[in-house]
Amino acid sequence: MDVLMIYLRVFFTGGIICLIGQILIDKTKLTPARILVVFVVTGAILTSIGIYQHIIDFGKAGASVPISGFGYALAKGVITEVDKHGFLGIFTGGLVATAAGVAAAIFFGYFAALFSKPHIK
Amino acid sequence: MSYTKLNMTNEEYSEYVKEKEKTSPIVKDCLIAFLVGGLICIIGQLIFDIFEKQYGFSFKNASTYTTISLIFIGALLTALRVYSKIGDKAGAGSIIPITGFSNSIVSSAIEHKTEGVVMGIGANMFKVAGPVLVYGVCSSMIIGFIYWLIKLF
Amino acid sequence: MKIGEQTLVFEKKPKILNTASIVGPKESEGPLSIFFDHKIEDELFGEESFEKAESKFTQAAIDALLTKAPLDKYMVDCIFAGDLLNQCIATGYAIRDSNIPLFGLYGACSTFVEALILASSFVNAGYYKRCIATASSHFGSAERQFRLPLQQGSQRTPTQQWTVTGAGAALVTHNNDRYKSPVVTHATVGKIVDMGIKDVANMGAAMAPAAFDTILTHLEDTKRKADYYDLIITGDLGKMGSEILIELLQAKGINISTNHNDCGMLIYDLVSQDMHAGGSGCACCATVFSGYVYDLLKSKKIKNVLLVATGALMSPVSLGQGESIPSIAHAVAIETEV
Repeated sequence: MDVLMIYLRVFFTGGIICLIGQILIDKTKLTPARILVVFVVTGAILTSIGIYQHIIDFGKAGASVPISGFGYALAKGVITEVDKHGFLGIFTGGLVATAAGVAAAIFFGYFAALFSKPHIK
Repeated sequence: MSYTKLNMTNEEYSEYVKEKEKTSPIVKDCLIAFLVGGLICIIGQLIFDIFEKQYGFSFKNASTYTTISLIFIGALLTALRVYSKIGDKAGAGSIIPITGFSNSIVSSAIEHKTEGVVMGIGANMFKVAGPVLVYGVCSSMIIGFIYWLIKLF
Repeated sequence: MKIGEQTLVFEKKPKILNTASIVGPKESEGPLSIFFDHKIEDELFGEESFEKAESKFTQAAIDALLTKAPLDKYMVDCIFAGDLLNQCIATGYAIRDSNIPLFGLYGACSTFVEALILASSFVNAGYYKRCIATASSHFGSAERQFRLPLQQGSQRTPTQQWTVTGAGAALVTHNNDRYKSPVVTHATVGKIVDMGIKDVANMGAAMAPAAFDTILTHLEDTKRKADYYDLIITGDLGKMGSEILIELLQAKGINISTNHNDCGMLIYDLVSQDMHAGGSGCACCATVFSGYVYDLLKSKKIKNVLLVATGALMSPVSLGQGESIPSIAHAVAIETEV
């Protein structure tokens, strides 16, 4: 497929997901933490009923980079692990699939904090 | 209800305030959120393509490296005090992408550095991003459990 | 003496002998810049944390006041002070080394007027001869206590206000001094008013009914008309809150649209400094009064003022538990001595 076309799709998908978030912020006054929670849970649910996979196929990074993609990774991970290990997979699945991202966030967060100091915008 | 000389009920007053409230310029906000959010995803796709095509990583590994890279970029921009400036304009455009998740962790960590490296940074790092992990992991487990049940029959 | 419902009359007319103000970088760039005694370019004031910086602001305001008065520290009988932080730590640490008795106060952004009223009361009663009323706030420390981390990339809404960094202090003395100074004549102590507003990004709307209630009560108690005052200045209602206040009073047949102003709207240039609804915080009213309003009184540009400071008495815990924002407003009438 034409590379430009892929990138347009990525841009469009990612943009739309963020736009939905913006409407939620402006209309409901949800705080950022709540917005993130809503998107993660929505992503996970949409994955479990098979919808988010289509969005990923269409928008690629446009669907995986937004935090709903984190929900997708969690839900997809747990389904794969349950297939492999049965009941134990319920416990290991989500975190195994997202381990790298969580570890990276903790590590970078810790070191960023060590080397910078509080500052006003 | 508190006593006041105002002849209005709480409901009437909140209606009145709602009407007066100059709501956020929603069209402009949405446009910027769309553009910035789309742009961050394009950067993600670029990084992914570089890892997959240039370095020949598998699809899964390239995705993971992309996530790690974006989290690093988010952390770096937060430490350099750039991310909050982007966020002030872009709103959801910079909150929703994974870089925003990273920003919320790093900003909490920096903020509480003054209370020490263990109870300051360590305990407060997930003040904003913690709920994401809690709800994400719990919902994935519920999904896993339901899936496991369905598979039994 | 108490008159009417809630108003105190100070027969001995305590004097505000002098004031001092110190502000941070954003306030120094604002339109009132020339009225402040000290302008600090570094928001951390050379300290490691915003809390320590805020303490230093309070300390510096008191020092500046004593230098300007001029007065020796041991001549001060008592300090009435407060800030926005939990357990009023900025105040506590600022006064730690001063060896002066302290009443620590919490009235959120109304703290400065609360301090002025109490200082005037003690002086009027003859218990104390010289008291300092002071209050401070700091954008950094307030933001991290009440909202999100500073480096979190989130949007500010149009009704949101910016906490003023700085401190203001006023020296209230008994009225035998030979210097002519503005005097405190009346005070109206506010009641808690809560109209059920829960939106912390719109404090102006939460606090406006409290200001309305106090101003109305003050005018009824003193049997004065609104145009008696050359200036009715509210603490930090901001743009939105000020509009609501004027409209609410209008509905009662009281017109303050010509002589009303708001410290939060004066301290910043709302448009060019991108300040949304204006300034807020204890220091908003404290610095604008100590710097600008006091100067107007001293130079006889106005002969009297009704200073109404509003405070929103919520905490992140109460908000988390779904409570609305209880608000309070205290008013104090100050006149030039004839």
